[in-house]
Amino acid sequence: MGLSKLNSLYREVILDHADHPHHKHALAESTNTITLKNPTCGDVINLEIKLTPDDKIADIGFTGDGCTISQSSASMMSDAVMGKSKEEALKMAKTFSDMAIGKEHPQADLDELQDAAILSNIMQFPARIKCATLSWWALQRALLEETDDTSEEES
Amino acid sequence: MAQKLSDTQTDFPILNQEVNDERLVYLDNAATAQKPNQVVEALVHFYQHDNANVHRGVHTLAERATAAYEDARHKLQHFIHAEKPTEVIFTKGATDGLNLVASTYGEANVKAGDEIVISIMEHHSNLIPWQQLAIKKHATLKYIGLTADGELDMADAAAKITDKTKIVAVAHASNVMGTVTPVKALVKLAHDHGAIFVGDGAQAVPHMPVDVTDLDVDFYAFSGHKMMGPTGIGVLYGKEDLLQAMPPYQYGGEMIGFVHRDNSTWAELPWKFEAGTQNIAGAIGLGAAVDYLNNIGMDRIQAHEQDLVNYLLPKMEAMPGVTVYGPQDPAKHTGVIAFNLDNLHPHDVATALDMEGVAVRAGHHCAQPLMEYLGLVATARASLYLYNTQADADKLLTALQETKEFFNHGTVKAK
Repeated sequence: MGLSKLNSLYREVILDHADHPHHKHALAESTNTITLKNPTCGDVINLEIKLTPDDKIADIGFTGDGCTISQSSASMMSDAVMGKSKEEALKMAKTFSDMAIGKEHPQADLDELQDAAILSNIMQFPARIKCATLSWWALQRALLEETDDTSEEES
Repeated sequence: MAQKLSDTQTDFPILNQEVNDERLVYLDNAATAQKPNQVVEALVHFYQHDNANVHRGVHTLAERATAAYEDARHKLQHFIHAEKPTEVIFTKGATDGLNLVASTYGEANVKAGDEIVISIMEHHSNLIPWQQLAIKKHATLKYIGLTADGELDMADAAAKITDKTKIVAVAHASNVMGTVTPVKALVKLAHDHGAIFVGDGAQAVPHMPVDVTDLDVDFYAFSGHKMMGPTGIGVLYGKEDLLQAMPPYQYGGEMIGFVHRDNSTWAELPWKFEAGTQNIAGAIGLGAAVDYLNNIGMDRIQAHEQDLVNYLLPKMEAMPGVTVYGPQDPAKHTGVIAFNLDNLHPHDVATALDMEGVAVRAGHHCAQPLMEYLGLVATARASLYLYNTQADADKLLTALQETKEFFNHGTVKAK
């Protein structure tokens, strides 16, 4: 098999997002922020969101370090939720988390995720699911204003 | 080039498989080693023939189980050249042993204003117990740095270890840098200042001859599973006088002398430190692992791994885009090789290598302060053992080249 299976994980669009991530910058002003870490690999995401008074995502930006999958996922997530309401974004985060563990979803929900839906293949690489879900988890927690850092320890 | 030391076809059926349709090349030995049939059979034999609790029954099985358990202790004693079996305490592993020392000796002997000295390349298991002890006791935790080559900086060690130092705790071999520390010199430095020395032997005992008496270490902890034994078993060596003076670590069954309503006395060494029913089968399995390693010979194992490093390391270093951490001179490098490839994240590299059947570790290797010190988020790590061959090294090199090409190609195509 060799590296051919990798094509399903590292699709061109994913590599493109990783090389040229969208929204990878700090925001001048934000209403919701969070820093999350994936302690198993040291990946870090600082996510900043600016919500309008009626809870729409007016702007979103992220900084931090991570692998191809986590960087591209954060980029695709940011694209997908720009302009969405808090409620819509939370629903998308749920759809993405479910998709990553292989749960079925209506095609319309997956379409909402735009490029991010391409990461559905991630479930074939169980060790990498966390990389893909980190930014969506950050989104969810930032919107729910759970600002605490997480900390798990690996052995 | 050294030949295979063990009959992997027969002794390690787990290695004789394909993953992702490729021959498995297991290079994650610093995380855990595979177990030969001899170890698995020792476990099966114990459970099928001799299983009983130790040190309490008077029946035949209890006697057999006790004899097998204590026989394992003797094997471990001789393996590390401890003077007495009473100095060999069975633990859950290196982490458990190091926590034991911090919670008993450390608790009793470290006071406010004292110093504990460790190195910046310690695994979290030989770092956090001391860090937490220092916080609790208002003591100072000091870190010995590294040379440019990634070796322990002995000049810095001499500066950091002072008359205020009570404990010096350093790994015998690094799980990231691929270096061996001069334990004997560190022990002398510690003793000259009235401190004790605690060695973390997790990455040393499986790969080289270790003589705790010659090293003159006061405590020395290691894990069974990295030396082909079962998981959940390890050893803490401690000098008898120190162990005698220490309070118990845990209280309960098996570790008592007499128990009265208002007070108790403790069992003799080593049982004082083995509260509750121990991992009896694990200890017996570890004894079988010691037999297996002894049959080959630790000198030969060390030489075999060195030969492989001599072959592999220069080829990795010569590969464009590959950065190898630690000494670049193979003669100074153990079979633990941490590296990065181009600007790829090590998790991406490890996933790609896995698709080629090559199992490596990626991450911070439970050494986050070291990663920070090196200015890295993470690395990939290939680590060798006695069953690895030149063919395995070649497979890694080919897979690295293909990984490089895959990501370069993908990136180019995407633009």
